[in-house]
Amino acid sequence: MITVRVPSPLRSYTAGAAQVSASGRTVAELLGDLERNHPGMRFRMIDEQERIRPHIRIFINQREVHALNEDLRSSDEVHLICALSGG
Amino acid sequence: MASTLWIGTRKGLFSLRPDARRRSWRLSGPQMLGHIIHHVVQDPREPRRLALAAKTGHLGPTVYISIDRGRHWQEAKSPPAFRKAEEGEKPRAVERVFWLTPGNPSEPGAWYAGSSPAGLFRSEDHGLHWLPVAGFNDHPMNPKWAAGLRTPDGELLHSVRVDPRNARHLYLAISIGGVFESTDGGADWAPLNEGVAADFLPDPKAAYGHDPHCVILHPQQPDRLYQQNHCGSYRLDRPATRWVRIGEHMPKNIGDIGFPIVAHPRDPDTVWVFPMDGSTVWPRTSIDGKPAVYRSRNAGRSWQRLAGGLPRAQAWFTVLRQAMCADEAPRVGLYFGTTQGEVWASIDEGKSWRCVARHLPEIYSLTYAS
Repeated sequence: MITVRVPSPLRSYTAGAAQVSASGRTVAELLGDLERNHPGMRFRMIDEQERIRPHIRIFINQREVHALNEDLRSSDEVHLICALSGG
Repeated sequence: MASTLWIGTRKGLFSLRPDARRRSWRLSGPQMLGHIIHHVVQDPREPRRLALAAKTGHLGPTVYISIDRGRHWQEAKSPPAFRKAEEGEKPRAVERVFWLTPGNPSEPGAWYAGSSPAGLFRSEDHGLHWLPVAGFNDHPMNPKWAAGLRTPDGELLHSVRVDPRNARHLYLAISIGGVFESTDGGADWAPLNEGVAADFLPDPKAAYGHDPHCVILHPQQPDRLYQQNHCGSYRLDRPATRWVRIGEHMPKNIGDIGFPIVAHPRDPDTVWVFPMDGSTVWPRTSIDGKPAVYRSRNAGRSWQRLAGGLPRAQAWFTVLRQAMCADEAPRVGLYFGTTQGEVWASIDEGKSWRCVARHLPEIYSLTYAS
């Protein structure tokens, strides 16, 4: 299982948890698993054209990824980041 | 059950509940603190139901519904979203859900949503699941009707109006794009902008490309439409197709630019507007810093200034298109919310006004629920 760090704007989907576990060989599969366990969460991060929304960032460990087909290893830690969005 | 004014703001949802005489108002909230609430709407077919359009600064757009008059809210299971773009096609994604409209009484559970960029969506289950209306979103003319001319808040699809006599008869408006009509339940659409000025377009007689700010359909006389446009205020009595510029009867030093237009719940000839400054660089504030509502009792043939109780000077209000509404009392109450976070109420049809809430976040939407 992969550890996923959840930012505060998305914790209404994780019952307040700042960290959850999910599985997947790619970022897309991981997001699918998150959606199964936390319904509604994925669409708030990923739009209907499968693009990461403008104020969301996804990091695998210390590296930001821009595509959902990036590979994952079970030892990875995924950080979901809510980037600055104005006042 | 007491009536409620629902206040959608840039930072959450609030509500005001009056006493029986509408003299005293109790503010509640916030609910969903920090969420951007564009529209809150009661379902007149089933008044315990409400829907609201929301997003946050970081997260994508969604819809929440309530089945207990706003005590609790449940997020839509599939919010409004465009279909996946095909290869070579310009991909569209909903940035915000901007508008909500309950469907015809003959279609319980039906709702429509308008988005930015301009998209039309329909739910059959009270707002839990939404699907794109292909007849509009994929209409061959859609790329021209919704050409991506953005207001500062994006390209907005709003003012979805459903004929109470005929579920298949629909209107919608796009800022910027114009007013459009469907007579077949949304399968096909046609522009309805004849007579409306568009002085910002190279062709002032263009069939579309206009900037309607708010379009209303009178519930008791559904062939009567009013429109507050970027270029004036108008009336259209169907089956005519040419809008009449009723704003020409406004005082010249006030003009007929504004965002909202509000109908009397029973009298199709009575309508209220909140004029704003549309000169030079478009401050969009109350004219000369002297806020006033204007009312017509004869379908726009003449107007009266209503400013009793409103600040007499140095009050630079902006009232957005969803932020003015009327109640259904025998002596109609009228309400508006400002971008400065104030709610003003009149219980004598606009003659005199009182500030009933202040210090709220920027108000996007003010809606009356019975």
